[in-house]
Amino acid sequence: MEEKSMSDIKVKVKEKDLIKIQEICKSFDNKPGELINVLHKTQEHFGYLPAEIQEVVAQELDVAVAKVYGVVTFYSFFTMLPKGKFPISICTGTACYVRGADNVLQEFKRQLNIEVGETTDDGKYSLNCLRCVGACGLAPVVLVGDKTYGRVSPEGVKEILEEYQEK
Amino acid sequence: MTNLGGSKMSQHKQIRIALNNCGVIDPENIKEYIARDGYLALGKCLTEMKPEDIIREIKDSGLRGRGGGGFPAGLKWEIAAKNQADQKYVVCNADEGDPGAFMDRSILEGDPHAVLEAMAICGYSMGATKGLIYIRAEYPLAIERLKIAIEQAREFGLLGKNLFGTDFEFDIEIRYGAGAFVCGEETALIHSMEGLRGEPTIKPPYPAESGYFGKPTNVNNVETYANVPIILRKGANWFNKIGTEKSKGTKVFALAGKIKNVGLVEVPMGTTLREVIYEIGGGIENDKKFKAVQTGGPSGGCLTEKHLDTPIDFDNLVQAGSMMGSGGMIVMDEDNCMVSVAKFYLEFTVEESCGKCSPCRIGNKRLYELLDRITQGKGEMEDLKRLRNMSNVIKDTSLCGLGQTSPNPVLSTLDNFYDEYVAHVVDKKCIAGQCKDLMTYFVIEENCVGCTACARVCPVGAITGEKKEVHYINPEICIKCGACEERCKFDAIIVK
Repeated sequence: MEEKSMSDIKVKVKEKDLIKIQEICKSFDNKPGELINVLHKTQEHFGYLPAEIQEVVAQELDVAVAKVYGVVTFYSFFTMLPKGKFPISICTGTACYVRGADNVLQEFKRQLNIEVGETTDDGKYSLNCLRCVGACGLAPVVLVGDKTYGRVSPEGVKEILEEYQEK
Repeated sequence: MTNLGGSKMSQHKQIRIALNNCGVIDPENIKEYIARDGYLALGKCLTEMKPEDIIREIKDSGLRGRGGGGFPAGLKWEIAAKNQADQKYVVCNADEGDPGAFMDRSILEGDPHAVLEAMAICGYSMGATKGLIYIRAEYPLAIERLKIAIEQAREFGLLGKNLFGTDFEFDIEIRYGAGAFVCGEETALIHSMEGLRGEPTIKPPYPAESGYFGKPTNVNNVETYANVPIILRKGANWFNKIGTEKSKGTKVFALAGKIKNVGLVEVPMGTTLREVIYEIGGGIENDKKFKAVQTGGPSGGCLTEKHLDTPIDFDNLVQAGSMMGSGGMIVMDEDNCMVSVAKFYLEFTVEESCGKCSPCRIGNKRLYELLDRITQGKGEMEDLKRLRNMSNVIKDTSLCGLGQTSPNPVLSTLDNFYDEYVAHVVDKKCIAGQCKDLMTYFVIEENCVGCTACARVCPVGAITGEKKEVHYINPEICIKCGACEERCKFDAIIVK
C-alpha cells in the first residue's frame, strides 16, 4: 500500500482557522512536549477539539494523530463536542455529593431533557459534571459559564434556568 | 469567586504555619510578603548555608510530604541532590484532584511567594536551576496569582540569574493540567508535563533518579513547599517540637460536608478528629447525629465515632483504615448511606483510572458494579465476600497509588458499617433513606387531610386524589424525589 504522508491529509478546516492553529503551535515553537498547552489554547479559541482540528495540530507538531487523539480523550478538560451557549456544569465532588448534588443534577436533566455530556437541540444549554471546583464551602455548586451558583437545591434549578431564558 | 469560610471558625487549637500569610497579605504585592520575612530564608540559604546544611535542616525538621504519601521531604531532596546530571528539575504538584479538598488552591491564591521561595531553596539544595509548577486548569485565580508572583519575583531579582549576589540561578514556569486525577501521582504528573497521556510508570526508577525528560526531578506538593521557608527561618528544632513523634508540624484540612463551619483548618499533628469536628467545626449541621468522617479522598476511608479521639497523624490514620491524603475532611451525618458513599468513590475511581493496568481498570469497575447492585437491592451475602476479596487483590496488584488505595473506601465501610451493607442485602432497606430503589413513598391515611399540596408539588404527577380526600401515590410513576414529603405539613407522607 502506498504510504501516505501527514501532509496528504485533507483537512476540512477553514483557511483562517488553519492559520490560527498554526499560530498557536508556533507560539510554543512547534514542540511536541507542548502538546497539552497547545490543546488548551486551541480549545480556548474554538470551544472544542474536533478530529479535523486534531489532525492539524498533529501535523504542526509532527506527531501522530493517534497521539493527539490519545491525549485529548485522556484528559477530561478537553472535549470533542461543541458545548452549548450556556454550558452548565454541576460539581460532583465529595462535598457537593454529600449535600445532594445528585438531586440537582437529576433536576437539570429533567428540565432540559438531555443527558450528561449532551447539548440541547437549540444549542443553548449543555450539561456536564465536573470534579470539585474547590468551592466546597458553597456545596452543592453549579456553574453556568463562568458564573458560580452556591447552595443550589433541586427547587432552585428552574430559577437558574429562567435567568438565561431571554438571553 | 469562592468563599473559604472560616469566619465563624474557632481559631482555638489552630496553629498557622502553611497558612501563615493567607488572608493577611495581599498576594499580588511581593512587598507585603517580603515585609513578613519573605525571601529571608532564601537569602540565608544562598549566602550562609551549604546545600547539605539545608537538606539536613529539612531532614531534622521531620517534614513529611503533605500530598498524601507522607514521604520525608528531606530524604527526597537528598536523593535528588546525590544524583548527578547536567540538568535537574524542581516540580511543584498543584494538581489538587481530590474532590472535596482546596488547601493547595488557597495557599496558591493567598501566599504564592512562599511556594516560589521554597522551590528556589529546593533548587539550590539539590543543584537544579529550573522549577515547574503543574497546576489544574480548573483554578484560574490561582494561576493568575502565580503568574503575577513569578513576574514580580523576577523584577525584584528573586528569580533569575545571580540571586542574592551569588552565581546561583533559578527560574520557574507554569504547566497546566487538563483534568486527570491520576496526574497527582508523580510519575503520571511528569508524563503529563512532557505532553503525554498522564499514565504512571513503575517505580523505581524514582523521579529523583530519572524524572522530567529523564533528569533527576524532585516533586513535592504545594503545602509541603509552603512549610519550607518558615522552617529555615525558625529552625528545625522549632518545627519538630510541634506535632507527634513521627508526624511533625501542622496539617491543613478542608473541612466540608454536613458541618456547621465549613472551611480550612490548620492544626498541629496529633489533634483529634473530635477537636476538629466539634471544637473548630462547631459540630454537625442541624444538630443531627454524626455518622462518619471521610479523610484521604478516594484513597482514604470512612472513620466513625470510635475513631473520634484518635490523634490525627500519618500513621494513626493508616492504622485506622484511612489515610491523611491531601487533607480533604468530609463529615457525614445519619442521612448519608455508607454503601452509596463507597459507590460514589468507586464511580470516581472508575472514571479516573488511566486504564494502564488491569487490576485497577477492570477490578474497580467490577467493585462498582457489585456496589451498584447492592444499592438497588439486588445484592446477596456472597457479594460482600466478593467485595472484600476483590478489594484486596486490587490493592496488592495495581501499578500505582491510585489503584493501590482505591478499594479503601469499600474496605473501611465494610469494616465500620457492615450492618448497613447487610441491611441493603438481606432486608433490602437503606437506613439512611438515600438508596432510591429501596424506598417507597406512602400516604398515611389517618393523617392526610386532602389539602392537595403534595399533588401540586409532585413533578411527575404521581399523586392523585380529590380535595379533602385521602391522596394516593402511584409507585410506578413516583421518581422518589421527596418533594411531597417535604411539602406535607401533616406528616402524612412517609418513606419505607
